[in-house]
Amino acid sequence: MVALSRTTQTPTPDAAGKFGAYGGRFVPETLMPVLDELAEAYEELRDDATFRAEYEHLLHTYVGRPSPITHARRLSEHLGGAQIYLKREDLLHTGAHKINNALGQVLLAKRMGKRRVIAETGAGQHGVATATACALLGLPCVVYMGAVDMQRQQPNVFRMRLLGAEVRAVESGTRTLKDAVNEAIRDWVAHPHDTYYVIGSALGPHPYPTICRDFQSVIGREARAQMLAQVGRLPDQVIACVGGGSNAIGIFYGFLNDERVRLVGVEAGGRGIESGEHAARFAESAHPQVAGRVGIFQGMKTVVLQNADGQIANTHSISAGLDYAGVGPEHVYLREIGRAEYTYATDEEALQAFNLLCRLEGIIPALESAHAVAEAIRRAPTLPRDQILLVNLSGRGDKDLNTVMPLLEEENNGVG
Amino acid sequence: MGLEAIAAAFARARAEGRPALMPYWSLGYPDAPTSLRVIQALAEAGADLIELGVPFSDPLADGPIIQHANHVALTRGITVRACMALAAQARQSGVRVPMLAMGYANPMLAYGEARYAADWAAAGVDGLIVPDLPPEEATTLEAACAAHDLALVQFTAPTSTEARIQLAASHATGFIYIVSVAGVTGPREQLAEGLRDYVLRVKAYANGKPVVVGFGISKPEHVREVGQFADGVIVASALLRHAGEAADPAAAAFEFVRTLQYWR
Repeated sequence: MVALSRTTQTPTPDAAGKFGAYGGRFVPETLMPVLDELAEAYEELRDDATFRAEYEHLLHTYVGRPSPITHARRLSEHLGGAQIYLKREDLLHTGAHKINNALGQVLLAKRMGKRRVIAETGAGQHGVATATACALLGLPCVVYMGAVDMQRQQPNVFRMRLLGAEVRAVESGTRTLKDAVNEAIRDWVAHPHDTYYVIGSALGPHPYPTICRDFQSVIGREARAQMLAQVGRLPDQVIACVGGGSNAIGIFYGFLNDERVRLVGVEAGGRGIESGEHAARFAESAHPQVAGRVGIFQGMKTVVLQNADGQIANTHSISAGLDYAGVGPEHVYLREIGRAEYTYATDEEALQAFNLLCRLEGIIPALESAHAVAEAIRRAPTLPRDQILLVNLSGRGDKDLNTVMPLLEEENNGVG
Repeated sequence: MGLEAIAAAFARARAEGRPALMPYWSLGYPDAPTSLRVIQALAEAGADLIELGVPFSDPLADGPIIQHANHVALTRGITVRACMALAAQARQSGVRVPMLAMGYANPMLAYGEARYAADWAAAGVDGLIVPDLPPEEATTLEAACAAHDLALVQFTAPTSTEARIQLAASHATGFIYIVSVAGVTGPREQLAEGLRDYVLRVKAYANGKPVVVGFGISKPEHVREVGQFADGVIVASALLRHAGEAADPAAAAFEFVRTLQYWR
């Protein structure tokens, strides 16, 4: 039985939905009662045996869980240090961890009697996952996607339409993920009673960060048990990329109470912190236009990239899934209490990691996940061979081929 | 100044048997000097109060028209500090009606909540509206507003439960902002169904605080109808749409506000 219920040792948000000082609810009044309704429904269902059984059944028979753990032998050998293991979320149906959350939330929507589902998407992975869950469970689905992202991720737009979803182009603001979230929230404000909004990461107003975390924590629970069964011990470090932070919080949760296990989040360093073109919310920055500070963004209090005047910054990452100004509030809390540490990998480092994993392990990772791989590549050579790094390989890279092809071909030509 | 001036504006309208008219304009739109002239024109046209929009990059509660105005103003470099300077200039140039600054929570937080209230008050503004700061999260700002004799407006929505209406009513100072429809700001052809009953429901908890209807109020007929059961109306997107891209936005705004005043 997949336990969605709280464990005694893990932090849960307080009554106001806060993890320490972060999270909470900062939304227009129209949504406040709707969020109350959602929180109540979720409180009831998270401990409901029938609901949990239905979710678990779909994870096993439809999503393809449990996902395996792979020892990256050749990569570890190549680096000459710690052993790298990969949690293979890339092998799930729809190609990424997003389906764990989308399926859980659409199931929740159905149990709440909602008649319509909306979602936002950046790279398209959460949109595809939500469209998939809606096709499976028979609910109409509208996905908001920035017009710029639609251009960059055409195959996923087509995928969503194949799955019966309506994809709506967002032309406001920067026409990327944050604007798609704004538009989805505006839709929800206009249809508060019949519509369920499936947020794609551990983000947004309470109770979303908790809901998403709970559905994603299956990754960490599985990984912990698999490490013990396959390797006979826990990893020394768990490494995951952090955009909104759902795959990271999902795998971290399995190890939160294992104090000896270091938890490492990897943000998108883009073209470098000094350039101001990145999405590393936790990186020290003196840049006047792009610095990570505590703010209020898309319904939550969290660390958000912004300028000195409190306007939300334009972010950049080679991976659309990490290209977002805010971070899930629980990560801010975990960082503050010293339970998790956060670093970043640049576009360049992610590409190199992408390349290396393809060549040495026969695995094409998502560019998002390649950031976590890059951090493992950085750390492994500095550590003894009996150390273990567990990397959450959150998605597969087929979606990124159009992005990667021109860049790597250029590099290969340059290298000769 | 402050709460008293706001109360006086509503009392005057009530004495004249009409709703108080509160037009909204985005500061810095289409540019800073023009927005100042628009504010002056709104006052000259007989606005009872004026809502000053403080642009934000991600205005969640706003529809395309206000989003566009925010975007244009930000592109042209508007800042919170510049907005305060515009309000101060409006005051110095003789605008006497109460002004309320409507801005989202993040620029306020970046500025510093206490200083935000103090500096708006110093600029001559009478109250604040923060659409993404529910009463539960407004404790610090409430204290800062009280210290500077600023109103802090609270919202009700069609989805609000009785308990939430009570919460908004008990925390609101200046007036209660009644969001007329479930949705974002934007002009609408028709008033929301059941609006009268909803407004009266809020009024029952208002303890005499003025109730003001906004979102979708676009025409003189709307003002007339809502005026029968509410203390005031807010007109935002319809005004921006009418005047924002006019050759002379101040003249167009003046004329639009006049057409809304069915009592003239």
